[in-house]
Amino acid sequence: MALLQIVEPGMGANPHQHRLAVGIDLGTTNSLVATVRSGLSVVLNDEAGRALLPSVVRYVAEGAHEVGYPAQALQSKDPHNTVVSVKRFMGRGLKDIANSGEMPYQFVDAPGMVQLRTVAGVKSPVEISADILRELRGRAEQALGGDLVGAVITVPAYFDDAQRQATKDAARLAGLNILRLLNEPTAAAVAYGLDNGSEGVFAVYDLGGGTFDISILRLQRGVFEVLATNGDSALGGDDFDQRIFCWILEQAKLPPLGPHDSRLLLTKAREAKEALTEHPQVNITAMLASGAALDLTLDGKTLAEITQGLVNKTLQPTRKALRDAALSVEDVKGVVMVGGATRMPHIQRAVAEFFHTEPLNNLDPDKVVALGAAIQANVLAGNRGGDDWLLLDVIPLSLGIETMGGLVEKIVPRNSTIPIARAQEFTTFKDGQTAMGFHVVQGERELVSDCRSLARFELRGIPPMVAGAARIRVTFQVDADGLLSVMAREKSTGTETSVVVKPSYGLSDDEVTAMLQDSQNHAHDDMAARTLRENLVEAERLLEATLSALLEDGEQLLTPEERTVIDVRVWALRGVLSGNDAQEIRQAMDALNRETEFFAARRMDANVRKVLTGHRLTELEEN
Amino acid sequence: MPLDFGKNYFDLFGLAPSFQLDTLALEQHYREIQLQVHPDKFAHAADADRRLSMQWATYVNEAYQALKHPLSRARYLLQINGVDTEEESNTAMPAEFLMQQMEWREAIVEAEAANDIDALERLAAKLRAESRSLQARLTEALDVGKDYTAAAGSVRMMKFLEKLGEEINRVLDALET
Repeated sequence: MALLQIVEPGMGANPHQHRLAVGIDLGTTNSLVATVRSGLSVVLNDEAGRALLPSVVRYVAEGAHEVGYPAQALQSKDPHNTVVSVKRFMGRGLKDIANSGEMPYQFVDAPGMVQLRTVAGVKSPVEISADILRELRGRAEQALGGDLVGAVITVPAYFDDAQRQATKDAARLAGLNILRLLNEPTAAAVAYGLDNGSEGVFAVYDLGGGTFDISILRLQRGVFEVLATNGDSALGGDDFDQRIFCWILEQAKLPPLGPHDSRLLLTKAREAKEALTEHPQVNITAMLASGAALDLTLDGKTLAEITQGLVNKTLQPTRKALRDAALSVEDVKGVVMVGGATRMPHIQRAVAEFFHTEPLNNLDPDKVVALGAAIQANVLAGNRGGDDWLLLDVIPLSLGIETMGGLVEKIVPRNSTIPIARAQEFTTFKDGQTAMGFHVVQGERELVSDCRSLARFELRGIPPMVAGAARIRVTFQVDADGLLSVMAREKSTGTETSVVVKPSYGLSDDEVTAMLQDSQNHAHDDMAARTLRENLVEAERLLEATLSALLEDGEQLLTPEERTVIDVRVWALRGVLSGNDAQEIRQAMDALNRETEFFAARRMDANVRKVLTGHRLTELEEN
Repeated sequence: MPLDFGKNYFDLFGLAPSFQLDTLALEQHYREIQLQVHPDKFAHAADADRRLSMQWATYVNEAYQALKHPLSRARYLLQINGVDTEEESNTAMPAEFLMQQMEWREAIVEAEAANDIDALERLAAKLRAESRSLQARLTEALDVGKDYTAAAGSVRMMKFLEKLGEEINRVLDALET
């Protein structure tokens, strides 16, 4: 009876209302935003009708900035303050960045992640990426005419935990609700697979501006199962530009250049690379600051020669991924090409030769990732049309813990399907030891010094015992975004101490909140109003989910008493929705969440049982 | 509230506990259960549902991985029958098997020194054949004879083979780089 009153017209959330959700391809060179409209995934263009947003941010005095084409146009004039390819710096320290000396930036070696000094102050790659994301969010909200429920943001499959965490922080900073971090090749496979109704084993060869990924997937009855992934998170189209740039310096016998000339010639190199896709040869002309004129001709054959090493560097991870998937090239039915850099004819040839098959290019390699991300976002936001397919992705790099002698004990092996949890037991090595240090690392090498350090933490309060008597269970949990949390627990005495760690490169919740407040104070936005709006959206979502669960299973799975308790909480939440108290709404949501926990557990169990019962019945009939 | 995951991994997938397994049915049931419990199906749901979904999906992945691979499946079958495989402590192996292991290890070292990728591929194929014959022995020991001591011995041998396989892959990776 309470049910009818809950869905009173004008009061309840409309379950058929289309929720605005987008997929964002946050690329090294270009970024895009896409959404599903009338069942079709489409890229959202800017006001000038352009799909791509160059991933370029230029900072000007007094805290202002510009993003995209206007910033790109001024990159040669103002190289110190114009940041291109910021994705290469995400979750990276200064020592991780190759050729940092040749870049026109003033790097600040901050702990955890490198920062850049600009005329608008010191900026972290997270903030710079957030500026790009904010631009895309604005474009989407304008095009769709409302607030976004959430976004799926793509990351290179080979991104490690620190890089993923940094991306997530950037999205939060841009005020986006992250529905999922999705691997770029997987996103491409979704767009391609759903479009072509494909079945079988496919490879996705994704050479972006600054990253290379190879993923091997099996597409079967609507399930996209990633079998293995590999790659190089510092290899991409940018490196081809760099080779052409070096070739120009050699050919023209140029002395070391200033930042303006460097940026100018890098731009010329990129233009030459792109032109060679259509033409057998191109002229490279430029006027340098010294007044010297440059005039060179580059042909496709020379480009192939000077970049052969880079192409080979993509084939090594490809072999490894196939080996990890326990497959050979003959098992691969098709190769989907992703990323603007795959337009280069000699890359197409190399891939065709390697896989003994012509690569698939029928979706725009610049757009396919964003299109796939939008399809996933649409499903995750709870819009209809995605009930019959599923993505099963993997973790790209092994996770482990440092043991004696600087060696790594692998706990979660690479290419494990996520979400995954793995536990390992450790013990004390000294009598009376009451604390134990843990060092969490990611990578494939045996030595800690060759892997990426993710976090260090200490478990304290171990009861004093003889050496080897304590039993400390360390659990690694990787969630569906590929992000890790670690918990350690001493269990021999029943005393439980647990620590949840975040990678040291990630920002704490407080830091993000502080940064958000800063940016919003600046924009004269009202933080409290935003929190209220967000809580209202979440409350509507919660009410709707609870309501539909009650409709579906309330009768079968709840006693009348249990049902009443939930109804009371639903009413309480409904009651505070009309007020303006964000805190009160949050509390009512928490209360409802608590009271529905056991109901959720019963529903999940019943659903799994239903699947299996279905089987037993059909299998009986078949026999 | 504790999760009701069923008695064991085989129950979860509605399969009878045996070493010889209908892997197609395992795959199919795995996918169907994930379609029900995966976090992507609960991204817009209440917190409680999201938490549960992650726990379930994690558990289902763990169960699937354990049953999918012959070595972990044998290990798991022994575990639910209360038998310790003693992979760390029991190093007693038939002399013949140990000799073969040493020969193979030497062959890997030689192939690495000679940069001989073909030799490594041939070795990997031999290893796969050896692993298949161990699997036949495991079927006999686990499903027919219920001879868990013999099965534990075969598991330890398979562990050796797995490590050799990893070593071959490591060398292949290194040679191709």
